[in-house]
Amino acid sequence: MSEPTKAPAPAGRASTKKELPDHFKAYKHVWVFVEQERGQVHPVSWELMGAGRQLADKLKVDLAAVVIGPTGEAIQHAAAEAFCYGADLAYVVADDVLADYRNESYTKALTDVVNTYQPEILLLGATTLGRDLAGSVATTLLTGLTADCTALDVDTDGSLAATRPTFGGSLLCTIYTLNYRPQMATVRPRVMPMPDRVERMATRIIEHKLGMVEDDIVTKVLSFMPDRDSAKSNLAYADVVVAGGMGLGSPENFQLVRGLAAVLGAEYGCSRPLVQKGWVTSDRQIGQTGKTIRPKLYIAAGISGAIQHRVGVEGADLIVAINTDKNAPIFDFAHIGIVTDAIRLLPALTEAFRVRLSPHSRDRIAS
Amino acid sequence: MHIVVCIKQVPDSAQIRVHPVTNTIMRQGVPTIINPYDLFALEAALELRDKFGGEVTVLTMGPPSAEDSLRKALTFGADRAVLLTDRFFAGADTLATTYALATAIRKIGTTFGEPDIVFAGKQTIDGDTAQVGPGVAKRLGLLQLTYVAKIGKLDLAARTIEAERRSEGGVQVLQTQLPCLITMLEGTNEIRRGAMVDALRAARAKVVVWSAKDAGVEDISKCGLKGSPTIVKRVFAPPPRAEKAAFVNPGELPPADALIAELFKRQPKLEGELVALSRGF
Repeated sequence: MSEPTKAPAPAGRASTKKELPDHFKAYKHVWVFVEQERGQVHPVSWELMGAGRQLADKLKVDLAAVVIGPTGEAIQHAAAEAFCYGADLAYVVADDVLADYRNESYTKALTDVVNTYQPEILLLGATTLGRDLAGSVATTLLTGLTADCTALDVDTDGSLAATRPTFGGSLLCTIYTLNYRPQMATVRPRVMPMPDRVERMATRIIEHKLGMVEDDIVTKVLSFMPDRDSAKSNLAYADVVVAGGMGLGSPENFQLVRGLAAVLGAEYGCSRPLVQKGWVTSDRQIGQTGKTIRPKLYIAAGISGAIQHRVGVEGADLIVAINTDKNAPIFDFAHIGIVTDAIRLLPALTEAFRVRLSPHSRDRIAS
Repeated sequence: MHIVVCIKQVPDSAQIRVHPVTNTIMRQGVPTIINPYDLFALEAALELRDKFGGEVTVLTMGPPSAEDSLRKALTFGADRAVLLTDRFFAGADTLATTYALATAIRKIGTTFGEPDIVFAGKQTIDGDTAQVGPGVAKRLGLLQLTYVAKIGKLDLAARTIEAERRSEGGVQVLQTQLPCLITMLEGTNEIRRGAMVDALRAARAKVVVWSAKDAGVEDISKCGLKGSPTIVKRVFAPPPRAEKAAFVNPGELPPADALIAELFKRQPKLEGELVALSRGF
């Protein structure tokens, strides 16, 4: 290379002038992509409806659900449910070639609806489906996409302010798509609270034709192998979670975390370094690059509490931290802390819970 | 066949430190690595090449120092390395990144042969967006298979490929046409130990270095900060919670009992819920 390379401009000093081109000024309303696969709506879609409702109220615009899938009862039901979670209207693209998720057909469906009805904000769940779809749609529309947001808000000028962790989860940043529409963002499951379901009539449902036949789609689904129930971890939606971190010292000691989780009927998880070291499988990772959890009780054993972990657990009702370092960042956001070695405390805690929660517990009967 | 693997050089993020006063990233002395997710893509590409013959070209966009990661990929057995480096690329978001990478892949196609498959990792450990792979596919008009756990039958004559793709509730077995773009799931293979002959070759190899112009970029305004529809308005450390954790002081009690007592004192309803859960209700 002939020219010297200048360091990238520091984040935050970029041009932040808003000059929305005229043709984008017609883009109005907040949309949520309602993800359904095999007749089941992913709960992240309703979580997004809650977040979308707040954005729409601030902007004084409508909240719309976009439902894409095969014809039949399931898609009609999903569209009707969207109203109970806050939608003012729903766009439905129903066609039997949409029976299985495929990038080609879903990208066309969503892109066409966006181009026809022109939303200013489009939210999707950051699931395997949502991430596969969002990147294709944003690139087709040549608009901005902020992935894996942890907070969404509306700025005074009406722009979407999308906050996400950055630099490997050591800081947070707020990202704007000032001069392109729609402003797209994905949010991972459990990051937003589940809104209350309120029985409401489905009023405005707008059907949109796909305009594609099976022969137009190159990729074919040869088969689908559903996960065995026993192999599925319910970590993201568990009521109680016990997790371990580097403070456990060795892979063998992770058994202590599993033991406590078993006694509590809880799911177990871990921090990122344990996955990177190969001690625990990645489906058990909690944090920005793993699962986000919102349990009633979260027990973190030997986890220091880096920001990328913090953003994954902050929605928990009660966070208990066990760590030998009283200055560990986890004590900045835990509700209850105990400064001790998790390796010693976990077996005692497991036994104490076992006794306390057993049907013959005197403690409990007395109290 | 010709396979292109997109990799990224990233800071070994476990070692990133934030300056306690200024809240800025302390990059000095932070070692860099090939994004760990990309190694699964590289290994998958090398396995296909070993089985079907052909060449693997690794591509990265980054500062001149990203050549280290390319050379590392050569030691694993890649045949050719292309470094896309130019100050115009600096500050790119996902959309601008996909423009630059797609342009370079087109140039690789005309220079070294059209790729049959483009590989990428599932996501990077520094950006974590998982959006660059799908974006590159869309720009190049390639069919995409994301979150692939296993590559199945590849029929070069019929130009078809089968793959097992992780979806939310199970695994989709898909068949699509070449050329396509595949992002590999983590844990699906293990990067080989490079052979001595590859290490020697890597040390001598000349990495192809392209500026934006060399790569065939026609519109510089689509690159880097200028070509990015998103703007980072603010970078900040999250505010600490108003109150710190209440520390349990066991005193006479065994620590485990003291902790449980504090838990139930704070949330009296929790005990009943735990009893129900522990019995699998």
